[in-house]
Amino acid sequence: MTPVLAHLSLGGLSLSAGQITVFLSVVLMVLLLAYFYQRIRKDPGSLFIRRIAGIDAIEEAVGRCTEMGRPILYVPGIEDMQDIQTIASMLILGKVAETAARYKTEIFVPCRIPFVMSVAEEMVRQGFYNAGVPEDHKPGNMSFISDEQFAYTAGVNGIMLRERPAANLLLGRFFAESLILSETGFEAKAIQVAGTAEVTQLPFFIAACDYTLIGEELFAASAYLSRDPKLLSNLKATDWYKMICIGLMLLGSLLVTLDSIGWWEGASLFRDFFRIQ
Amino acid sequence: MKKEIPLLIAFLLGTWMILENFLSGFSWVGPMKESITNGGIVIMAFTYVLGIYSIVSVNVARIRRGQDVVPKVALLAALALMVALGFWRGHEEGTPFNWLYLNLYVPLQATMFSLLAFYIASAAFRAFRARSLEATLLLVCAILVMVGRIPVGEKLWSAFPQVSDWIMNIPNLAGKRAIMIGAALGAISTGLRVILGLERSYLGGE
Repeated sequence: MTPVLAHLSLGGLSLSAGQITVFLSVVLMVLLLAYFYQRIRKDPGSLFIRRIAGIDAIEEAVGRCTEMGRPILYVPGIEDMQDIQTIASMLILGKVAETAARYKTEIFVPCRIPFVMSVAEEMVRQGFYNAGVPEDHKPGNMSFISDEQFAYTAGVNGIMLRERPAANLLLGRFFAESLILSETGFEAKAIQVAGTAEVTQLPFFIAACDYTLIGEELFAASAYLSRDPKLLSNLKATDWYKMICIGLMLLGSLLVTLDSIGWWEGASLFRDFFRIQ
Repeated sequence: MKKEIPLLIAFLLGTWMILENFLSGFSWVGPMKESITNGGIVIMAFTYVLGIYSIVSVNVARIRRGQDVVPKVALLAALALMVALGFWRGHEEGTPFNWLYLNLYVPLQATMFSLLAFYIASAAFRAFRARSLEATLLLVCAILVMVGRIPVGEKLWSAFPQVSDWIMNIPNLAGKRAIMIGAALGAISTGLRVILGLERSYLGGE
């Protein structure tokens, strides 16, 4: 059976079925964002966001560093700035730096990409500025190590063992170095909070770290830490989008089941609409 | 204006990055996409100068303070040597740069990577301690998967590989997909938050 929206042509605009689905998904997300943004603006009290243990642990970790008089180590992953996980990590870094500045705690941010280092330096500088102590900011603590994966890993391990940070925050996109970093941190007896959306690395972080932000929690962290209703409305929109996805999955399963037992033959229409080439 | 201009740039470029996926039919989209991508590459290339400056300044400061002098001097000497060799003969096969890379750096990298085997053992030992129902389930599943994936497993019981495959393809894959869908939605919402100017922390304050 040919899908209804197999192809859409309008002047020079030519969209395949998969592109139409993606476009409609983005539009739906924007509409949900706008709706919840307006709703929260009118009634800020209508917002309930569940506690996320891993994100609460970030604040605890900063407090622990202050009590012990030792620095925080923030590792923003090994990907470039165009990776959305690195962007999320930088947004969290701003909040962490602000908290660290308030507590007069030093923060180290070793980077694998120079561009990420420049952004990290700006985020930390802004965090110290927001906390009212710009003079405490040390630009030298945001350093470029190497853009080679394991040379970078060795460099970060060296910082863990020499500087003895009381908290390691590993937030961003990680690959094979995830376990090497987190096990070294464990041996250095630091409290460790990790977060990534990289499914293959999550088991390593869960095994070796005290708290792990799993997938979407990494993206929710900066909004959650800011406590800003405008940003928290974004989490509400994401949750509702997820509910819509679950509903569509249940509907799809039902239709495919009906198709398989010969009760309704329209399941392929539904399936093809959501197929992305 | 200090905030509005960066917000406008983020909005325009972010919106463009979304829309260019749907506008590939227009002839002007390809060259425009290429020039924007090239602009990004040029900016990134310039940041490597900052990176080298960072390495030199951080390590020179430490040498001056008398901290870890030998490793820091070795690092700076290696940096200077590789830069000099790269400029002198390039980095193609057969050049001194390439020889050092293959015979010094690659074995060092392999050494770091091989540490993973020991770290996996120590992390697995801690994770698999059956202290709760969840940890016990993890332990049982891990043993079934591992036994099902080694030749002796099939010799012990012919169904071990099927049990292993079932765990990997049904409950494990369902969990993985749930995480991936959640992460994808989180990524979309984070991107839109920045593009639409809801997230302004990078501009300084609320």
